[in-house]
Amino acid sequence: MNIIETENLTRKFDDFLAVDHIRFSVGKGEIFGFLGPNGAGKTTTIKMLTTLLYPSEGSASIAGFDILKQRANVRENIGVVFQEPALDTELTGKENLDFHARMYGLTPETRKKRITQVLTLVDLLDKKDILVKQYSGGMKRRLEIARGLMHSPTVLFLDEPTLGLDAQTRRAIWEYIKQLNKEEGTTIFLTTHYMDEADFLCDRIGIIDHGKILVMDTVDTLKKSVGHDVITLSCSNNEQLQKRLGQEPWVSNITPHDSFLTLGVQRGEEKIPAIFDIARTINVAISSVDVRKPTLDDVFLYYTGRRMREQNPETLRSKVPKPSGIHLRRQRQ
Amino acid sequence: MNSKDFQAIYMLWLRQMKRFLRARSRVLSTIVQPIFFLLILGFGFNMAVFPGMEGSYINFLAPGIIAMAILFSSMFTGVSVLWDKQSGFLQEVLVAPVSRLSIVIGRTLGGATIALCQGFIIMIIALFLGAPIVDFKGLLLTAIIMVLLSFTAVGFGLIIASKMRDFEGFQSIMSLILMPLLFLSSAFYPINESLPGWLQALSYCNPLFYMIDGIRGSLTGANNILHPLVDLGIISVLCVIIMGLGTYFFNKSEA
Repeated sequence: MNIIETENLTRKFDDFLAVDHIRFSVGKGEIFGFLGPNGAGKTTTIKMLTTLLYPSEGSASIAGFDILKQRANVRENIGVVFQEPALDTELTGKENLDFHARMYGLTPETRKKRITQVLTLVDLLDKKDILVKQYSGGMKRRLEIARGLMHSPTVLFLDEPTLGLDAQTRRAIWEYIKQLNKEEGTTIFLTTHYMDEADFLCDRIGIIDHGKILVMDTVDTLKKSVGHDVITLSCSNNEQLQKRLGQEPWVSNITPHDSFLTLGVQRGEEKIPAIFDIARTINVAISSVDVRKPTLDDVFLYYTGRRMREQNPETLRSKVPKPSGIHLRRQRQ
Repeated sequence: MNSKDFQAIYMLWLRQMKRFLRARSRVLSTIVQPIFFLLILGFGFNMAVFPGMEGSYINFLAPGIIAMAILFSSMFTGVSVLWDKQSGFLQEVLVAPVSRLSIVIGRTLGGATIALCQGFIIMIIALFLGAPIVDFKGLLLTAIIMVLLSFTAVGFGLIIASKMRDFEGFQSIMSLILMPLLFLSSAFYPINESLPGWLQALSYCNPLFYMIDGIRGSLTGANNILHPLVDLGIISVLCVIIMGLGTYFFNKSEA
């Protein structure tokens, strides 16, 4: 049975389409991730699935319950870790967890046990009796994660779970998410804009941008779709070299970027001499070359035409429509 | 409603108690402000003669100030949903597997507890200043009316909070709605034939009028226009309507 199922889920804010007719499903026990830049529509999707926002169009079901008609049943089956802090800062860390535990109807024994357990996990046990308003940003984040893990929901939604955390805590939280998924069979839906996080945690990912799912598959399949190896080149005349290399049967997915070209090939290290030979015949000088296994970054670049880490204020989601040229390459496929 | 919902109601109530007791300045100001009103207005107007008023002005004023304290405090509780919305905590409450109704009940009970404590403190001070109590039955009826007033005001606050996105409108709501309500409620001066007709009419349209009239009738047994039980009937109907609307709007709002 699919735990999450959506049907043309859409949300508009005035004239702005935040989530645009998305359709996906997540199976029981799966870790599914939405990978996309800030403002891609990830949080809006989570808010609709967790009954906090009404969809403008379309529908979805969680554990077989309709998010519009059976909201109470949906809430019984979900746990959420929000992106923005959702803590009561006038209460202590422990009181926040206690509040949560009681709202979810945990028994007193489970409550005590879980509170100690999750506080240990995020290393806040010694800070449990301090008011949350005196916590640092990182501590708040950790407390939030701890809270989301406390009750054992059918599906756990994690909105950018490790945003702003140090490497060590991130690791610990990843391990715990994996463990939770394995031992308790919790289905996990997470959003992230960290490639390594999606790579490490997710069985399957959907790449989302501008409110649309561009592609959805297992991490391995997605990487292979780019090519077994990725060669990045910069040279004196990108356009000319691209045209020439595009004629070779062993080159797939050749893509121009601002100052470099990427191409997918098999056994990349053996192809470099051939590429140099070709470049020499058309009088193009190659200034740098790099061969590596494809990463999710390449996948993202391939499907959206830009790197996630190149985000600047203009490429961030705003109400200003994007230049359509950015999608040219996708149309050409 | 099941045991889970009751636990949630208790938890929401407990949270408000903790928050209130930790905000010392709020504890202080919510009690001191009505006391100022009672003392300054009370002694200031004590010499004045209002046509048709029985007893001293402080006796007349006390029920109005008790109602004012409860009204302000309860409204604040209702509107403070906005605080939770801005801090993000509302999301945590809204995704929990408890009914929206129990969330509203929990918040209302929390707000009512605080408001009633304040109301009773003012009442005790008024007694020391010489306001008489009719009898125990009257005191009981007063307490019931105070509870209903508090519930209604929380419900009203919830309606306002669901229609506002931030605090910018909060100040104008206070001065545009709360102040006229208070001044037209008979809290400060008696409503009778000596007033212009339109002012009388407006006062009779004011829900707060019936609440103060009810407290006046049941607590001091003087200067009330309607029988306290008639007031109680009107207040009960109002309370159900406003609470119903408050729950409805809260239910519809998005986090």
